Amino acid sequence: MSSIDVRTAPKGEGVSIPWGSLAPFIALAVIVILGATINSNFLSTNNLLNVITRSAFIAIIGVGATFVIATGGLDLSVGSMMAFVTGIMILTMNGLTPALGNWAILAGAGVAVVVGALCGLLNGLIITVGRIEPFIVTLGTMGIFRAFITFMSDGGSLPIDRSLREAYRPVHFGDFVGVPYPVLITLVVVLIGAFVLYRTKYGRRVTAVGSNADVARFSGVHVGRIRTMAFVIQGICVAVAAICYVPRLGAATPTTGQLWELQVITAVVIGGTLLRGGKARVWGTVAGALILEIIANVMVLTDMVSEYLVAAVQGSIIIIAMLAHRFTSAR
Amino acid sequence: MSLTMDKPAPTNAEASALSVRGLSKCYGLIEVLRGVTLDILEGEVHAIIGENGAGKSTLMKLLSGHTAPTKGQLFMAGKGIRFADAAQAEAAGIVLVHQEILLAADLTVAQNLFLGRELTRRFMVDDRAMNRRTAEVLAQVGSTALPTDRVGDQPLAQRQLFQIARAFLDDRKVVILDEPTAMLANDEVESLLQIVRDLRDRGVAVLYISHKLEEVEALADRVTVLRDGDMIGTWPVRDLDQRQMAEQMVGRKLDMLYPPKRGRADADPILEVTELVVDYGAASGSLVVRPGEVLGIGGMIGAGRTEFFEGLTGLRPAEAHRIVLKGRTISSPNVKRMMEAGLVYLTEDRKGKGLLLNDRLGPNLTLQALDAVNPGLQLDRRREMHALDHAVEEYDIRARSLGMDVGNLSGGNQQKLLLAKVMMTDPSVVVIDEPTQGVDIGNKSQIYKFIDDFVRTGKACVVISSELPELVGLADRVLVMRSGRFVAELDGTDITEENIVYAAASSGRTKEGGA
Repeated sequence: MSSIDVRTAPKGEGVSIPWGSLAPFIALAVIVILGATINSNFLSTNNLLNVITRSAFIAIIGVGATFVIATGGLDLSVGSMMAFVTGIMILTMNGLTPALGNWAILAGAGVAVVVGALCGLLNGLIITVGRIEPFIVTLGTMGIFRAFITFMSDGGSLPIDRSLREAYRPVHFGDFVGVPYPVLITLVVVLIGAFVLYRTKYGRRVTAVGSNADVARFSGVHVGRIRTMAFVIQGICVAVAAICYVPRLGAATPTTGQLWELQVITAVVIGGTLLRGGKARVWGTVAGALILEIIANVMVLTDMVSEYLVAAVQGSIIIIAMLAHRFTSAR
Repeated sequence: MSLTMDKPAPTNAEASALSVRGLSKCYGLIEVLRGVTLDILEGEVHAIIGENGAGKSTLMKLLSGHTAPTKGQLFMAGKGIRFADAAQAEAAGIVLVHQEILLAADLTVAQNLFLGRELTRRFMVDDRAMNRRTAEVLAQVGSTALPTDRVGDQPLAQRQLFQIARAFLDDRKVVILDEPTAMLANDEVESLLQIVRDLRDRGVAVLYISHKLEEVEALADRVTVLRDGDMIGTWPVRDLDQRQMAEQMVGRKLDMLYPPKRGRADADPILEVTELVVDYGAASGSLVVRPGEVLGIGGMIGAGRTEFFEGLTGLRPAEAHRIVLKGRTISSPNVKRMMEAGLVYLTEDRKGKGLLLNDRLGPNLTLQALDAVNPGLQLDRRREMHALDHAVEEYDIRARSLGMDVGNLSGGNQQKLLLAKVMMTDPSVVVIDEPTQGVDIGNKSQIYKFIDDFVRTGKACVVISSELPELVGLADRVLVMRSGRFVAELDGTDITEENIVYAAASSGRTKEGGA
């Protein structure tokens, strides 16, 4: 058969550096260097550990959001869901303390994971079975979860039982050979997330569905099931974040997790995951979460810009990241 | 025929509403229309017929100002004319009524008809005047809708009438109708034909594009045949019958592109479908497929072939009285179940439904057979790599690198990858919809060879094709579908392009396809 095509080159040859997927990490490095030159305190171990610990929640929820967004979905309810799960968890722990003592913490954490998964399942089923836009569905559940936590806390604060505080405290404030627990937990979540996305059939199908749902359907992939499962994973990640978060303040309030959905989506998108689906970057999401938190931290450490403008700077970043992506991929 | 540009106007200019002289159109190096010369007379219905890809729609676009000709000239009333865009053509009195419905569903009928040229009174939209005028033209075309009805609430046939009504708002000299009856039911077709006759009787020149030959016979005064971009000729319709029209449309001979045929298979069926109804009646029928045969499915685009087989493979809502695949009875088709039972469908929409263009070869190849390649939950990189190497070798897929995105492969290599992907599921019967669409001649004959090799192992292949030579060259048996039903079965020497076109385009006797 005659053809002008040239036969396949040997594998591995001519691999160019994937600047697109490295971009978030380069941006992270630049911001760290900038932070270090602006304020010498920035690079102190204490400050760095503090920043990384604070970014853990967005990173953990972001791993779940990476799944949802990679399938072409979107979850606006994560902030409210996190508050709702926190409330349920505290109520469970407080209720079980008389019977179980400190074991109530474990029971509460278990309940949190189940509730988180169910919340995600609810989102996913309404979207796939009801065939409604994820944006609308999660906008609705965002309001519902927020109202529930406000109701449960009676508009005020829902504190965890005093007797549990001592035992639960290390989950946020403790460390293992110098590494804070929230950071370790984030690492575990990210590793599991990366494994599932890149090394399992489910992960392969996630990106296929997000890339082109029709192709996936014609290839015998159960598109609805894959999408719903992504929302369940998101719910579980929210629950894990809630478990790490509770000891920080010791209570759930109507403002817990407020506007986190925006930070999470920002982290995922600046991490290189395509908002229209089909490309998932778990480690990029972690870089995105770190970038957001470091910017806030640098702004607090220096007096150049008021810290009240943190959200404005973070908002600008997502726009700049998208513009950069547009101009680098347009070629 | 001369191709020079500024030739003197034709002599019969008085009677000719629009004269075409040596019209050609190239896209890049490809000439899709060559030297078309014809006169469209006032008060005649002039039919243009030809196979898919013969150049009919290109001709329409040239005449209606949607694209500019590469060579050649148009004359109206003896004067040479040139249109910069469709609006200029409309101003000159030429209007194209599109085959697809191009209306805004949420606007009213009147708002749609006047879209972009609303009547105004003292800077305000004059709804009353527009509704009055719309009511007049709706009556003219025989539509029962009200000017204030929302277009989206109206049935398709009505919407088709609205498009025609739009052409009636101003005085037209030439009306071009592109497959106007494609969406219409039988009684609606009849009333549309009457509208066209009324137009003609008022002195309008009607250019009527269709591949339904009986409509052409019933309606047209003259007919022009296009084939592969060439103009074959113009005849008075009374001089040709439907069969002769079909012969003029086809008129090609086969070459050695195709592997030798396997002859009629008479083993017990590998697949038996009894009374399958797809999309609540859009397509339905029964068929059998025997091991070792290539069953061709002929018919015009839009006849329901894709719908029928997508339904059979569980990709559309479908109900069957009975489906027996390799002795296994299946009640309601579902993609996964059919795939496991050994029946897969390869889509005609390679880029939209077949391949993930932004992903690499490997993930594309194994997506459909992911469970077979990876027995566990985890991806088995070694087996994936091995599958890819094997497929690249066996299907001669030529890629610059195995890590490249599939979207950057040539059409032929994409098609071979898609074929490899579907074959990964180890099917017993594979349905291939338009197997060589957008594929060059070399890759075409390779794909025919793969199909031949496949069925010679006792399996079977159903080939849906709009390319007649492909059906004739490849199939051992052909079923022809028309308006969602199988209307004819051909085998042996009866498989000719003329017979297929005749069955697909004319109202032949209805026959359920079977053994």
